[in-house]
Amino acid sequence: MKKFDKDRLILGLAGPVLALVVALALTTVVLLASGRNPFEPYRIMFDSASYVDVQVLIINQAGTYYLAALAVAVGFRMNLFNIGVDGQYRLAAMMAALVGASVTLPGPLHIALIVIVAMLVGAFWAGIAGFLKTTRGVSEVVSTIMLNSIATALVAWLILPKNFGEQPAGSNNLTTGEIAESGWFPGLPMGDGGEIYGFTFVAAGCGLLYWFGLNRTRFGFDLRATGASESAAQASGVDAKKMILTSMLISGAVAGLAGLPTLLGDTHTYSLDFPTGIGFTGITIALLGRNNPLGIAFSALLIAFLDKSSASLDQFGYEKEIATIMQGLIVISVVVSYELVRRYGVRRQQQKVGEELAAGHAIKTEKEAAL
Amino acid sequence: MRRITRIATVGVASAALALSVTACGGKTSSDAASDGDKAAIAYDIGGRGDQSFNDAAYAGLAKAEKDLDINGSEAEPSDGESDADKVQRLTELARAGNNPVIGVGFAYAPAIKKVAPKFPKTTFGIIDDASVTGKNIANIVFNEEQGSYLAGVAAAKVTKTKTVGFIGGVETPLIKKFEAGYAQGVKDTDPSVKVLPQYLTQPPNFDGFSKPDLGKAAAQGQLDKNADVIYSAAGLAGSGAIEAASKAKKWNIGVDSDQYNQAGLANYKESILTSVTKDIEDAVFNLIKSVKDGKPQSGEIRYGLDKNGVALSMSNPAFADMKDVIAAVDKAKQDIIDGKITVKTAP
Repeated sequence: MKKFDKDRLILGLAGPVLALVVALALTTVVLLASGRNPFEPYRIMFDSASYVDVQVLIINQAGTYYLAALAVAVGFRMNLFNIGVDGQYRLAAMMAALVGASVTLPGPLHIALIVIVAMLVGAFWAGIAGFLKTTRGVSEVVSTIMLNSIATALVAWLILPKNFGEQPAGSNNLTTGEIAESGWFPGLPMGDGGEIYGFTFVAAGCGLLYWFGLNRTRFGFDLRATGASESAAQASGVDAKKMILTSMLISGAVAGLAGLPTLLGDTHTYSLDFPTGIGFTGITIALLGRNNPLGIAFSALLIAFLDKSSASLDQFGYEKEIATIMQGLIVISVVVSYELVRRYGVRRQQQKVGEELAAGHAIKTEKEAAL
Repeated sequence: MRRITRIATVGVASAALALSVTACGGKTSSDAASDGDKAAIAYDIGGRGDQSFNDAAYAGLAKAEKDLDINGSEAEPSDGESDADKVQRLTELARAGNNPVIGVGFAYAPAIKKVAPKFPKTTFGIIDDASVTGKNIANIVFNEEQGSYLAGVAAAKVTKTKTVGFIGGVETPLIKKFEAGYAQGVKDTDPSVKVLPQYLTQPPNFDGFSKPDLGKAAAQGQLDKNADVIYSAAGLAGSGAIEAASKAKKWNIGVDSDQYNQAGLANYKESILTSVTKDIEDAVFNLIKSVKDGKPQSGEIRYGLDKNGVALSMSNPAFADMKDVIAAVDKAKQDIIDGKITVKTAP
């Protein structure tokens, strides 16, 4: 048994490592093809990441990505593809900012209220897709991506000054008004480097909860079972429809948290330039991290590193889109390499079984099976 | 098995999405020159090559490089980035000794508010925002509504169907200023003319500034409703509208730069009646020059009709020949400068 685990660990690591190596090699080819120095950009990126302020940026961004990726991963484990994390977190952040700006409560209560509103809104928005899937059989891929567009339109309408937004004097921006200081989440100051958002630690806590919930509870077992085979789970007494709806709600609630590190730690308001696209990056990260909370953490750090350390490439005459190309290549190589590693694993298993059969264990196993 | 294939499909699809947003700039590493005066601009969404807003700012920097012997640097944003990224960008530019550091677009306001106090000797410029103030902050703002008012006057005079269109790229307060001025100019000139306003996308979806097909479809719709003059304030998306109106032999009004003279639109130039220009180029140049001269600009610097910061271009001979239209435009311009007409900034 122990040996098998080691095999699995090696196989599990082989996928991402292979993907990274391939992506790196392909990026180098792209650089060569465009007549650039193929190594200089990497050096600049590592250089830039050696500064404290860039490290803080990376960690803060990773926290945000981590939450988005967890939201996607909850769906993946259920064989549900929640592509709507993007709309869910934006709508949730916006509503949470609105509610947060309209009340003043003692510190912890104020923050708790904002967090709860964000989770409820995210869950509600994802729940629509869950409801449509369970009652009408609408594919969640289609409904969530459409809900993204609806969320965009809804947020744009709500934030108009004639509705709930406001336009600060002299500004061309629209905001939801500033949240009072009691609703700011304290961060961890890093001297000149700025501060690590306090919510980053909450994100890490969510990772623990995710691990515990999936691997150590009955609910998690049901969820994984339904994800592996809906009919088999149903046969063993799991209400698949209920599971679909519940996991969509959970996925949405976690997605609702994704906007909060920025909202509670930095901007304290939702404005037209609130970060977008985090939900889609979350899909990449969940894929790369194989839905494993630790794997997702590393991939979130990796993608955040690529994002932030590439920003300074501009000033050295390289396009910072090199990092975007790399991220795209990572996704493609991840998918290909996981499939390759999986096939290799299956073949290896078959070989082993074959060897054992040849060694004469077959009769024993058959007997055991008969019993 | 089924699960793997499904995730695989989706993965490939999202990779394709990720790759498709990757646009390649094509900058040279000419910035590494000797130590001299250095100035930097940080671009808005779209970056250099947007044929509009950012390019105009770059033109100002390029002019300063040539005329003032300045070393210019540029930095581009990523899609959907946060304020923290903008803070980082401005900090790096300021730390590298650039002065002034100019944020192109109102989105830089929160970042400048944080960074400017840390570099009191550096001048920070911001375009299109007057909400963050400080001793070392220069707020460059334009009276877009005034230029748009003149466009409205011209449109109302030229239209035969008594219907004119307005296409806004993204529905933000800034673009609404264009709509407000235009609609007011039309109504003040001829109350019987109908204005059809339309926005291409809602923020934070900024496709409405970059996708010509959206502009084309919107223009088509307005042409079907009988509009014969279309004013597009939509950046690159506006070129789609210009194409559609040009094919239908109707009039266009361009925006930001003099689009009659833009090489990319040469095929449609006959249909471009005029353009509402916004002189970002000179605004950027003036700011850099003021720093070099040791008298850095600070506070609100407003460019209106009076300073030709916004204007109506006269490069299309067909337009310059319409004597009565020009007369009406000139009169309106004088009235605005004299304060007889106040143009609204919101529809």
